[in-house]
Amino acid sequence: MADNPPFSGPFAPSDADLSRCVHCGLCLESCPTYTETGLETESPRGRLYLIKAIAEERIEATPTVVGHLDLCLQCRNCEAVCPSGVPYGRIMEGARAELLANRPPLAWRLRALFLREVIARPRRMAAFATLLRLYRASGLRWLAERAPFLRERVILAPTISGPTFRARGVLARPRGEARGRVALLIGCIMPHAYGRVHEATVRVLARNGFEVVAPPHQACCGALNAHNGDRPTARALARRNIDAFLDAGVDAVVVNSAGCGSAMKEYGELLADDPDYAEKAKRFAGMVKDVTELLAELPLEAPTGRVEADVTFQDPCHLAHAQRITGAPRELLAAIPGLRLVEMAQPDRCCGSAGIYSLAHREMSLDLLDGKMREIAATGAEVIATANPGCMAQIEAGLRRHRRPGRVVHVVELLDEAYR
Amino acid sequence: MPNSSLIRDLSRVVGRRWVLHEPEDLLVYEYDATIERGLPEAVVLPYNANQVSQVVRIARRHNAPVTARGAGTGLSGGAIPCDGGIVIVTSRMNRILEVDAGNRIAVVEPGVINQDITDAVAPHGLYFAPDPSSQKVCTIGGNVAENAGGPHCLRYGTTTNHVLGLEIVTPEGDLVWLGGKTADPPGYDLTGLVVGSEGTICIVTKVIVRLMDCPQSTVTLLAIFDEVDQASHAVSAIIGQGIVPAALEMMDRNTMRAVEEAVQAGYPPDAGAVLLIEVDGLEEETREQADSVRAVCEELGARELRIGFSAEDRERLWAGRKGALGALGRLAPSYYILDGVVPRSKLPAVLRGVYEACDSFGFQVANVFHAGDGNLHPNVMFDERVPGATQRVLDLGEVIMRLCVEAGGTITGEHGVGYEKRNYMSWIFSEDDLEVMAGVKLAFGATDLFNPGKIFPSSKGCGEVSSRMKAAIAKVGPDAYV
Ligand SMILES: Cc1cc2nc3c(=O)[nH]c(=O)nc-3n(C[C@H](O)[C@H](O)[C@H](O)COP(=O)(O)OP(=O)(O)OC[C@H]3O[C@@H](n4cnc5c(N)ncnc54)[C@H](O)[C@@H]3O)c2cc1C
Ligand code: SF4
Ligand code: SF4
Repeated sequence: MADNPPFSGPFAPSDADLSRCVHCGLCLESCPTYTETGLETESPRGRLYLIKAIAEERIEATPTVVGHLDLCLQCRNCEAVCPSGVPYGRIMEGARAELLANRPPLAWRLRALFLREVIARPRRMAAFATLLRLYRASGLRWLAERAPFLRERVILAPTISGPTFRARGVLARPRGEARGRVALLIGCIMPHAYGRVHEATVRVLARNGFEVVAPPHQACCGALNAHNGDRPTARALARRNIDAFLDAGVDAVVVNSAGCGSAMKEYGELLADDPDYAEKAKRFAGMVKDVTELLAELPLEAPTGRVEADVTFQDPCHLAHAQRITGAPRELLAAIPGLRLVEMAQPDRCCGSAGIYSLAHREMSLDLLDGKMREIAATGAEVIATANPGCMAQIEAGLRRHRRPGRVVHVVELLDEAYR
Repeated sequence: MPNSSLIRDLSRVVGRRWVLHEPEDLLVYEYDATIERGLPEAVVLPYNANQVSQVVRIARRHNAPVTARGAGTGLSGGAIPCDGGIVIVTSRMNRILEVDAGNRIAVVEPGVINQDITDAVAPHGLYFAPDPSSQKVCTIGGNVAENAGGPHCLRYGTTTNHVLGLEIVTPEGDLVWLGGKTADPPGYDLTGLVVGSEGTICIVTKVIVRLMDCPQSTVTLLAIFDEVDQASHAVSAIIGQGIVPAALEMMDRNTMRAVEEAVQAGYPPDAGAVLLIEVDGLEEETREQADSVRAVCEELGARELRIGFSAEDRERLWAGRKGALGALGRLAPSYYILDGVVPRSKLPAVLRGVYEACDSFGFQVANVFHAGDGNLHPNVMFDERVPGATQRVLDLGEVIMRLCVEAGGTITGEHGVGYEKRNYMSWIFSEDDLEVMAGVKLAFGATDLFNPGKIFPSSKGCGEVSSRMKAAIAKVGPDAYV
């Protein structure tokens, strides 16, 4: 065997976690990559078995195996349905961290580098956003998406319009009876791609009696780094956020991006072995709330306006499966006068966005997106609401790809409209 | 590459993408939901019946055994390729070809998921009755092969009562139809013969299923008892009243504990057992039956009764039962599910015997089963990683199976014989009986082509690696696959 067998490092999935899987197969049909391919190698049970086989040194992490692990969306649908409580997300993150630390494929290293050195660095991220903005504004995107050779390749590329959300410090004072003080996670991509969602979030929170602040020293949440195996960067970002938010003296940390919220709720696990931060991380994780979760717990300020529209809701994987929140966004939508919620089939099936998955695995991502667009079309809804920037961008790409009209929004945007 | 000409031939039929042969890929086809293991030499995913027939012909030419595989949720090692060879996976053959609501039939491919049939016909007010607890993932091909049952088979019968016809691939590679769209066609009931044959005589490529009308009204009752004994007596008493519930299920304390953790079903921690009873039919009939069931349970000491009328309430009562098997993974790293049948009247005594046997072996056991049919499922909890544990669990399994047989029961209710229980066959069948069965297999022309090592007693171990496989393994690494 190899001198330094993978899966013996600090991030290695634990034996206890791995042996929880009793290979009953009950997760198979909830896994998008399995139902798309029909291959056990692309199923949760298969991936767990491969990870276990590497840990037991029955096989090596050959490119074939790494390919199977890499095709996983980390949507955690399998985790949500597994009756044995297999912590799939944690196992997969651990496995990827070990692989990245151990002679990883070049693509993995480049990905980790890009996420660490561009996405997680505000200034470089802003420059990158400017490029994406130009790409769209210059008409280049329009051209590329109409060129037969390029169309398929570029349709999922991120594009940006609308103003960047730049405010920091105190963002809003409570209206009416004060309920508390909350901090907003600004995030890496959200402020550039969907600044309007932050604005809506701030207004809705203020309307419901919250003082909203954005601690200036906060960082990117580190979710993408962790998903792609870069645990050290994820941990460094987590520490910065813990310091920034705990110093802000708030009652809750509000997140309007499901992927970020789910990662931040897991800071306790991420830093469990860090003597200085373990306790703080746990405390911090307990303060994190998805914006829909926070609002649904309140006696919500009744909307004064109406939103006359047929709306369908797409559950972000990291809201439905990782945070197990499915009721809250629907309750908020139901509270909006005039709005008709038309459920699509399998609303919690991954749309194929999955962080930077849509770029790394374009074909699978497009297959999943096409399935999602069919379900959306079947509802006849003209508005698609969701709660995560990645999902919003992916579904917008789906509308362009299928040349369908439609509007993609975050749930709080609709609520914000109803308050006008 | 192992046996490259086999791989080449297979690829020509189904396309390269759908033939797996790298050792790492084959690894995930060495298991099903049991604790047995066996590696194939190649895995093929055909797209239609025609491709299956060609794959079978190729297998014959190469002298490679063929094992069919659906979702791999089987509980008797059925889908494990004991002698290596080719595994044919049906996951790409998952189309519902025809729904004839008027005649209450549907024609489906073998890879269709059990639940998907019901979902597809629900708009017509119909459903597919066999409902194994694995119904959200297991395939109709697997159901046919194992003659799968489920909670509702007490009243409506197992898969065999709901299959009218089959298209199969014979060992010669020919496509043949058995049965048809009407009930009871003339001649031998070959459909009935194939159902439950565990993939040993043919590969099923299409299934004509019978659909049923959704009952007008359904009532679900959950009765909580302090003692397992009380609950088992209630089972006999209910049926003694002349009521045939649609379902009559029992869970014991250990099961409830696991379920409680998984789905928070609200079971009291100190209860000894719960019965889940469902009655269906016409509105008035079900109310009356529900009342009698309730009276019987109360009389026999039920400490709490919950009743569900609406679909949501009933689903809530069922949630714990449906997730029970999987939830046992929370109690121990591994579990071994047994499947035995005893006459209903012997339930209390045999259950006591099961607890005693497990105690004496030092293993915890959780019982969750189809009590109405006397179909026991003791789940023995253990840790696969402890040296010798697996063997002791298997020994315990044998003791429990003996208890069932001695009580006048048998060695499988619904999971099949497969690899795991083939050696118990001789407890209930004489040499002559088994020879007749083997004769039937031969009449189909199946020697050891399809799923060898299953059903019939043999001393050869599963996964005794073939020499060809050994050569392949040698290429990946010295310690691989030991
Ligand atoms: C959590 C859990 C709960 C379960 N509950 C029940 C239950 O309530 N009742 C019950 O009866 N079973 C139950 N089972 C067992 C299992 O789900 C059933 O036996 C099911 O029918 C297997 O279907 P499969 O698609 O997974 O088949 P597999 O496991 O893939 O295969 C099973 C057998 O069928 C053969 N086979 C598959 N497809 C074909 C084909 N096209 N042609 C010929 N042979 C074929 C295989 O060779 C094998 O012998 C349960 C299993 C689990 C894990
Ligand atoms: S992950 Fe859970 S549901 Fe999937 S096979 Fe393992 S135990 Fe079963
Ligand atoms: S995380 Fe999603 S894609 Fe990955 S195995 Fe689980 S269900 Fe499949």
